[in-house]
Amino acid sequence: MSRSRILFAAFLAALALGPAFLPEFYVTLLNYIGLYSLVALGLVLLTGVGGLTSFGQAAFVGLGAYATAYLTVAHGVSPWLTLFIGFALTGTVALLLGAITLRLSGHYLPLGTIAWGISLYYLFGNLEFLGGQTGMTGVPGLSIFGFALDTGRKYYYLVWVLVIAAVFSIQNLLNSRPGRAIRSLRGGGVMAESFGVDTAGLKIIIFVYAALLASLSGWLYAHLLRFVNPTPFSINIGIEYLFMVVIGGARFVWGAVVGAGLLAVLKEWLQGILPKIVGQAGEFETIVLGILLVLLLQRAREGLMPFFQRWFPQSRWVEAPQSAPALPQRERPRPGEQILEARAARKQFGGLVAVNDLSFEMASGEILGLIGPNGAGKSTMFNLITGVLPLSGGEIHFRGERIDRLPSRQIVRRGIARTFQHVHIRPTMSVVENVAIGAHLRGQRGVVAAALHRERAEEATLLHEARKQLERVGLVEHLYDQAGSLALGQQRILEIARALCADPVLLLLDEPAAGLRYREKEALTDLLRRLKGEGMSVLLVEHDMDFVMNLVDRLVVMDFGERIAAGLPREIQTNPMVLEAYLGGVE
Amino acid sequence: MNLDIALLLAQDGLTNGAIYALLALALVLVFAVTRVIFVPQGEFVAYGALTLASLQLGKVPGTAWLLVCAGIVIALIDGFIALRERKPHRLPRILLENLAFPVALAGLTWWLAPQKPALWVQVALALALVVPLGPMLYRLAFQPLQSASVLVLLIVAVAVHFALTGLGLVFFGAEGSRTPAFSDARFDVGAMSVSGQSLFVIGGSVVLIIALYLFFEKTVYGKSLRATAVNRLGARLVGISATLAGRLTFTLAAAIGAVSGILVAPITTIYYDSGFLVGLKGFVAAIIGGMVSYPLAAVGAVLVGLLESFSSFWASAFKEVIVFTLIIPVLLWRSLRTHHLEEEEDE
Repeated sequence: MSRSRILFAAFLAALALGPAFLPEFYVTLLNYIGLYSLVALGLVLLTGVGGLTSFGQAAFVGLGAYATAYLTVAHGVSPWLTLFIGFALTGTVALLLGAITLRLSGHYLPLGTIAWGISLYYLFGNLEFLGGQTGMTGVPGLSIFGFALDTGRKYYYLVWVLVIAAVFSIQNLLNSRPGRAIRSLRGGGVMAESFGVDTAGLKIIIFVYAALLASLSGWLYAHLLRFVNPTPFSINIGIEYLFMVVIGGARFVWGAVVGAGLLAVLKEWLQGILPKIVGQAGEFETIVLGILLVLLLQRAREGLMPFFQRWFPQSRWVEAPQSAPALPQRERPRPGEQILEARAARKQFGGLVAVNDLSFEMASGEILGLIGPNGAGKSTMFNLITGVLPLSGGEIHFRGERIDRLPSRQIVRRGIARTFQHVHIRPTMSVVENVAIGAHLRGQRGVVAAALHRERAEEATLLHEARKQLERVGLVEHLYDQAGSLALGQQRILEIARALCADPVLLLLDEPAAGLRYREKEALTDLLRRLKGEGMSVLLVEHDMDFVMNLVDRLVVMDFGERIAAGLPREIQTNPMVLEAYLGGVE
Repeated sequence: MNLDIALLLAQDGLTNGAIYALLALALVLVFAVTRVIFVPQGEFVAYGALTLASLQLGKVPGTAWLLVCAGIVIALIDGFIALRERKPHRLPRILLENLAFPVALAGLTWWLAPQKPALWVQVALALALVVPLGPMLYRLAFQPLQSASVLVLLIVAVAVHFALTGLGLVFFGAEGSRTPAFSDARFDVGAMSVSGQSLFVIGGSVVLIIALYLFFEKTVYGKSLRATAVNRLGARLVGISATLAGRLTFTLAAAIGAVSGILVAPITTIYYDSGFLVGLKGFVAAIIGGMVSYPLAAVGAVLVGLLESFSSFWASAFKEVIVFTLIIPVLLWRSLRTHHLEEEEDE
């Protein structure tokens, strides 16, 4: 058993035995920490991992709490039923709010969450049937199979079982196919979309999941206290939930529990001591909390979890199996069949014509080089083919189907995979996980299966595929290294392995040789020749002429968005127009 | 509702809208120049109003002590940095700006406050105490995070809001204050009775907006702030210091906040935590302007003011619900109009 497992077992034992020894005060405190942790765990997923900041989680807690309080008090509904009614209510509200606000870039979302956080708080406080500012009393307690959870000590076990379950569900989720997609949301989404991830849909899913955890916390709160009023669901508490996550370390799942614990203890202690110092009653702990948080963000933006982690040596998070059932491959086009055709493709940015009615076609099994001076429009053309940018005019056909109106994630489905000129990798994820993102469309299991880890068989095939592609490109010794620790040239090779994971029939490589050493370039040439031998078609943008001339079957030369020449490498090398474009003509 | 009430509500709405317009202006400015979503903007409103209220009672406001404390902390930090970098010649200026100046102001306040000077002296004194807190805040909280992402800056801004609200409670207590009106005059315009104070607020806002316009159009400092807002890197390359731009922006934001507070204090009772909601309504207005457009933000502000005053007549309990729910259709509208390519986030 590894050291981290022993430590974790000890932690669980302490947690389980705690109520037997601790005084009432600490049991209550731990109950609260558990309730906070549930909300904070949702925020780790949403904010720390997904990059979507919400200050409004307290309002979701309120929805869960008020739903159960109202239905149990006014209508005598069973609390076990109201839990799910609360989920349905919170989920619906989150779905609506998410559909509207998650489409917004960076800072609008947190502002939006502040706004609806305030709005819902005032709604709780002003609706007559919810008891207004005074709230509702007489919420019934919980009992499980006739066993009444009528003391804090008994309730404690319910709370912490749910917290541990939530921790595992999120850890499981993050370590899975949909989890890798969630972890790639922060990169801006272009990469994730180009491997078939529905980023907008995923954002809504994690938003709703975080809201449901908050709703669960609210349900527990209402039946623990047997009383609800609007105060614990105000925007200030919503802000405190986010503080917990930042204190703990937003990227770390256990950071939520650490942060919730620290903030709760700190607040408790400050609330005891500060009024004595100031000499009057009031919420003075906010001063210290605010200043502490500013210092924390200035000095340790990753939160406190990295300090704790030194004691918990991390066991390896993913394991890419040596063998697993092979994934099905898509049917290959016949060699020589026309595979890609651009018909007068055009892209304008305002007055600038980046790609000017460019036409070319590619046959299956061909390596076609797209070359031209800087700013000729080569990368723009890549973005047009892969659906990252919409065309201003013209058409693009792939295997007889028009694809220029499809979004990226539909295009990759048809067998086009790409690399990027500026590498798009997730630097904190391992190499093999980065590559496995490429295989996103080759798995089907969703978020729920992933959270329960009921998709391990599929996961093994995906990770095995990633391993296989890394072996193919020669990066297998870096399997479990952080992708950000690779040299730039290796990161480019990683991108090729990731693209291969998508089982493409057409590979679009944007300057794959940039940053490679001589031997690495030779290895890349070998790899691409082998792929060609297997029937792969490759469209290549590259500046390294030795590399290009050695490798490609044909070339298309662009300058100022226009095609100025096309033909065999030998012809292009002596073409006067090309020489003029590259070297400048004699005026 | 009859015409009288409608006119009265409209007048109320316009008056509040004028304040929100000022705040929205400050928020857009701060965001454009420093990328900080300045949640604590509202605290300056409360500090301005409550500092004036303290002075009117002949008391030394707590903001004077805050100024001195913040000055000491900055002097210590900057002094330490100057010594570490072996540039002791910087020390006199650091001490003068951060120790001598705040202490002198606090001393002046301590001497003047009990004498209850004329209103304009009190107003000037209140501004002198609150406005320098802006650049000091920038120095302490935001300057070390100049290169951080918008989200980190936002969380810092919220943390600062927490701290300032708590300090407000320490300084001013939980009771609200309302200052006497600058003018008791009333004017009858047709069926409508216009209060002098409303005219003061609207007039003050207009004057301030014109002054800001002239500042941005005619002065080198104003132009350099605009340059920074358009292109931060470009501005740095032509020698505009991001730090100077940040301090200047925060000075302006603090000034706008404090003036708004002083203008609004005779109309509504201000509590130590009132600033947050007032500031957020400025935000709703700023978001209507997409956080970039000043004129749209001003229109949004008037809209928010009117919506607030009319909804307080029809459904006063749900006033805040209505105003803050307004943001959702606005966000929807924004989201349909924006085709954004998200900024890449570094880790």
